[in-house]
Amino acid sequence: MAKTPVTFTLNGEEAATFVDAGANLLEVLRRGLGDLSPKYGCGQGTCGSCTVLVDGAPRLACLTLAETVEGQSVETTGGMADGPDLHALQKAFIEGFAAQCGYCTPGMLMSAKALLQSTPNPTREQVIDAISGNLCRCTGYEPIVEAILAAARSPRRSLGSPL
Amino acid sequence: MLEVVTTATLAEAAAAMGPGARFLGGGTLVMRAANEGDPTLRRIVRSTERLDRIQTEGNRIRIGAGVTMSGLLAARETAFLAPAARAVGGPQVRNQATVGGNLHAPHPYGDLTVALLALDGIVHLSNGQDMALEPYLAARAHPPGLVAAVSVTQPMGEAFRFRKVSRIKPKGVSVLSMAAHLSRSAGRLSGVRIAYGAMGPAPVRAAAVERALEGADLSATGIASALAQATVGLEPPDDALASAWYRREVAPVHLRRLLLGEP
Repeated sequence: MAKTPVTFTLNGEEAATFVDAGANLLEVLRRGLGDLSPKYGCGQGTCGSCTVLVDGAPRLACLTLAETVEGQSVETTGGMADGPDLHALQKAFIEGFAAQCGYCTPGMLMSAKALLQSTPNPTREQVIDAISGNLCRCTGYEPIVEAILAAARSPRRSLGSPL
Repeated sequence: MLEVVTTATLAEAAAAMGPGARFLGGGTLVMRAANEGDPTLRRIVRSTERLDRIQTEGNRIRIGAGVTMSGLLAARETAFLAPAARAVGGPQVRNQATVGGNLHAPHPYGDLTVALLALDGIVHLSNGQDMALEPYLAARAHPPGLVAAVSVTQPMGEAFRFRKVSRIKPKGVSVLSMAAHLSRSAGRLSGVRIAYGAMGPAPVRAAAVERALEGADLSATGIASALAQATVGLEPPDDALASAWYRREVAPVHLRRLLLGEP
């Protein structure tokens, strides 16, 4: 089967690969490029566990035709930490016990990152709206909402760039 | 075996359509089918032509088929559509789902289309043909061309109302959705358009309600006969969210709240 070449930026570094016809971005990230941080949950746009940022906006990698991100910037949770230093959101999730089974966490983190980039000091309602496309079956959401609000209160510089 | 055809223009994409082909907008419907291994999907057609313009044309607004729900929410010209655009999916879906794709969203999806239908939507096709939204939806399984844009009447002031009823907030699918364009002439309702979502296989107009509101005033007594005919001529579906019976029972309640501006 003919493959299509795709080149894009993954967490700030150039990524180039060949994709099968109809392959979604999630398969390409996980199997093609070895970034296992975005998770496959439902494959139909309900759960949000595959959320990545494309040109800064949260999207569902499982519902994105891989070749449509040609030339665009893709960010995943795999690129959040700066070497050994975790992102403020990651720290807040750990400190606030916002992950239980952890399967929704990468998607939650990406939705939260997009929120804090556009709205550095969100209200509780804005946080709830921002993660409304991400399902969590463990926590009851409360620790996640609190962790995102805590990260927003932490010093700006530790939120990583760009902010 | 699945193939992807990418074209530079929408007109070329239209030529690549055929049996087993689906046009890719934001991907929320077509990629879902691809992920499920839908055997009826054999070709994904997409175009790199940008279809994301929003233009004011007199008292109408023309919205490119590729404008996303987030695009509608961000543009000042389409602020009146915000309640309907916000009712679609979660943030990620709103960043992907397009106006053109929403016209083809199966039950219980397609909340935006309900609003477009109440606002006298006209579909502008890739072949230059224009088609009223209502007949387009009735024949949407076999459209005569690809959607290039949709234009709607720009409502005055509070004349446009939208309501989505779902069991989960802020993100849940429709038990039903309703839109009303309450146009007036000499203080009385005239040429009112009412549209429902999740009350049939595709968004529909409530013709009996529209007729009953002609010349009426927006008061509890003025709308009584319209409420009595809230589901006349409609066949609401049974699904996992609500039964047809339940939809018939609650439709007049939500129609009253919509018309009287009740919470």
